[in-house]
Amino acid sequence: MSVALDISAGTLPETAPAVLEVRGLTKRYGGLVAAKNVSFDVRAGEILGLIGPNGSGKSTVMKMIMGIEKPNAGEVRLNGVNLAGKPAYKVARAGIGIVFQHSRPLHRQTVLQNILLGLLPDRLTALRAGHEAVAKAKAIAERVGLSAVLDRLPATLPFADLRRMELAKAIARNPQVVLVDEPFAGLTGGEVKDFSDLIVSFRDEGRAVLLVDHNVKSVAAMVDRVLALYLGETIAEGSAAEVMCNETVRRVYLGGGISTHERPEAVFAHTEPVLQVENLSVFYGKAQALDSVNLLLHPGEFVSVVGLNGAGKTTLFNAISGLVPYTGKIFWQGAPLAGKTPARIARDGLVQCPETRELFGEMSVAENIALGGQHLPKPERLSRRDWLFSLFPILEARAGQIARTLSGGEQQMLAIARSLMMKPKLLILDEPTLGLAPVILSQLSDAMKLLRDQTDITILLGEQNVTFALPNADRVYVLEHARIIWEGSPTRFAKEMASGYL
Amino acid sequence: MKKQLIIAVIVLAVVGIVPLTGVSDYITGVLTMICFYAVFAMSWDLLFGYAGEVNFGPSFLIGVGAYGAGLADANYGLPVVVCIAIGTLAAVVGGLLLAIPALRLRGPYFGLITLVAVLLLQDMIEIFAGTTGGEIGLSVPDVLAVSATVNFYYAFALMVAAGGFLLLVANSPFGLILQASGQDPVEAQALGFNIVKYKVVAFGISAFFSGLAGAMLVFYLGTASVSAMVDVAVGIQVIIAAVLGGRRTIIGPVLGAAFLVGAGEVLRPAGQMSGFIVAALALGVIMLVPDGLLGMVRGRRA
Repeated sequence: MSVALDISAGTLPETAPAVLEVRGLTKRYGGLVAAKNVSFDVRAGEILGLIGPNGSGKSTVMKMIMGIEKPNAGEVRLNGVNLAGKPAYKVARAGIGIVFQHSRPLHRQTVLQNILLGLLPDRLTALRAGHEAVAKAKAIAERVGLSAVLDRLPATLPFADLRRMELAKAIARNPQVVLVDEPFAGLTGGEVKDFSDLIVSFRDEGRAVLLVDHNVKSVAAMVDRVLALYLGETIAEGSAAEVMCNETVRRVYLGGGISTHERPEAVFAHTEPVLQVENLSVFYGKAQALDSVNLLLHPGEFVSVVGLNGAGKTTLFNAISGLVPYTGKIFWQGAPLAGKTPARIARDGLVQCPETRELFGEMSVAENIALGGQHLPKPERLSRRDWLFSLFPILEARAGQIARTLSGGEQQMLAIARSLMMKPKLLILDEPTLGLAPVILSQLSDAMKLLRDQTDITILLGEQNVTFALPNADRVYVLEHARIIWEGSPTRFAKEMASGYL
Repeated sequence: MKKQLIIAVIVLAVVGIVPLTGVSDYITGVLTMICFYAVFAMSWDLLFGYAGEVNFGPSFLIGVGAYGAGLADANYGLPVVVCIAIGTLAAVVGGLLLAIPALRLRGPYFGLITLVAVLLLQDMIEIFAGTTGGEIGLSVPDVLAVSATVNFYYAFALMVAAGGFLLLVANSPFGLILQASGQDPVEAQALGFNIVKYKVVAFGISAFFSGLAGAMLVFYLGTASVSAMVDVAVGIQVIIAAVLGGRRTIIGPVLGAAFLVGAGEVLRPAGQMSGFIVAALALGVIMLVPDGLLGMVRGRRA
């Protein structure tokens, strides 16, 4: 390690003043507390990593700083001036810029004009952009590596260049604070290096940078400090190494400890696979969300697909459910699924319980469950409902309650129960643990165990929470950057892979 | 862009000469109506194509302009120019009173409010039938000009001026910010733009030309009437013309207006069927080429 690096990573930020001070930031959506009393400083010439699993509130905090969401309480001070609750355009003019993960560029305008947009004054009377602005836009384009494509339309650019354009727009107004949302999502190895270098260069010219990402690992090399959030609260703060060693962080990401209970391989060895995925690829415009994925499920098997947010889990499940177009082949009970409608696929017994839950918020618990069993004769519907109530007793107690008013954990149980009413042969569960407290997780995990041991339903579980994904799994796939990079038993996973999930 | 402008100028020059070549007053009249509808459709495109707001009530702006001018002439006998100015001003003021609160709302509410505004205006005209002429319409004593050819040139000049101004606005930094506000409002604000401000001004510009054209139309037709200027059906025609021609192009809506008005006249012998045929044709074009006639040409080039 060089001396120069020591200075940039440690000494300078201690003495520099805090440009951005966040104090007691709180955001509630109805009964859900998305962020609770979050406070931190970001100094000039410093990169602070704001990390947390899905649903931890990190994006909410970022949006509140930018003025996209209004906080219920708390302050966002830029050089001592409180901006909390001000509209985004005022926050932007005060000196905060943001790099969005998703954005829609102007499609009929060239790259240069798109960057120029970021440089225009907020005035109605400007009928021509000055030469100065054009020259500045060109300089910024050169800096982020877009000089060669200035006159191209966004639709003709590769994905990484579109992201570069977003970086360019964000720094166009020369902000003192730059917020970056998941900078590396969807980028390849070499591009990740380019983007890290660019973000580090923002820091080196004295800007305060707030990086929002899912785990410490992906940002450890460039951040000066890390703040970890979980369920809307700060759980750790310090250097990347300190946060990675922190007990609470380890428990959130890895749980109290990993337990594995796979059934012997021989149980499934001589069965015909119920689902076969071969060479599956999916593109969203320029971004490749899945790259030649192969996957196999045996009847009655419990298989977990582990991957960080953005790895491609939801895309995989949506492709299987017929919701997104793909290349490659998917066979269900030996027959190809291509060309079938999502409704047909669901009626054939391949049921997905989506990450977003998709409950009918204005209907009661009982009505939501009844809707899942619309196609069943009444006696069967009632007996199935009773079985579900024994699986999730809390739902019986809440049968008359409106779904929207349930807690997050209860909503998740209801979503699973509704999927089970459809008599699935294969149940796909997409991140059921999203934003749930640990106590709920153990209840959900018990239900998973019952489903595995007492029914012949095949289960495909997508998770970033390794502790939840492993105990009931017979087999594990690891999905990373759109590819399956590992496959094996949970026990082997615990030995070989778990440390990568901090 | 340059190439399109050159084509537009040539087409305009040809159309501008037609009434001098001894065609019948009927043809000149059709061309005049095309010019008025072209202005309505272009004004609408600034809001829908650029600002991303669907205004279901273009006929509210047209109607306020028309009745404002008509009432000023019928009741006070003011000079035509002054009446037109009053009508235009009324449309801008009425439009802004409507837009400023409505544009702050998110989702489909802006469109719904503009639609309700049309119905309100229609009801007002019928309630105050004593002053406004109600369902029969309001006859005005003055006309733009007696000669059909001169009337055409008034409308033609209006169309060229409105088109030129709207193109200039659409291609200026203002237009760039307006498009960004329409396509990704969150990002536009995060880039430091107060998007409500831009949308309100765009609405004001749209109201200005709609009202001006509505006011002039009264003195061309000799009456202000609900069926010709206020009815929801008039608004739908304007919207179809704009979408048909190609959204976010300004020039496209002129083509759409020419098609719609022209086809309506050509098919007049078909009687009641003509409206149906025109609507079916429009539906076909919108479903097959959602980018409109001009979008089709552009798409092929790209």
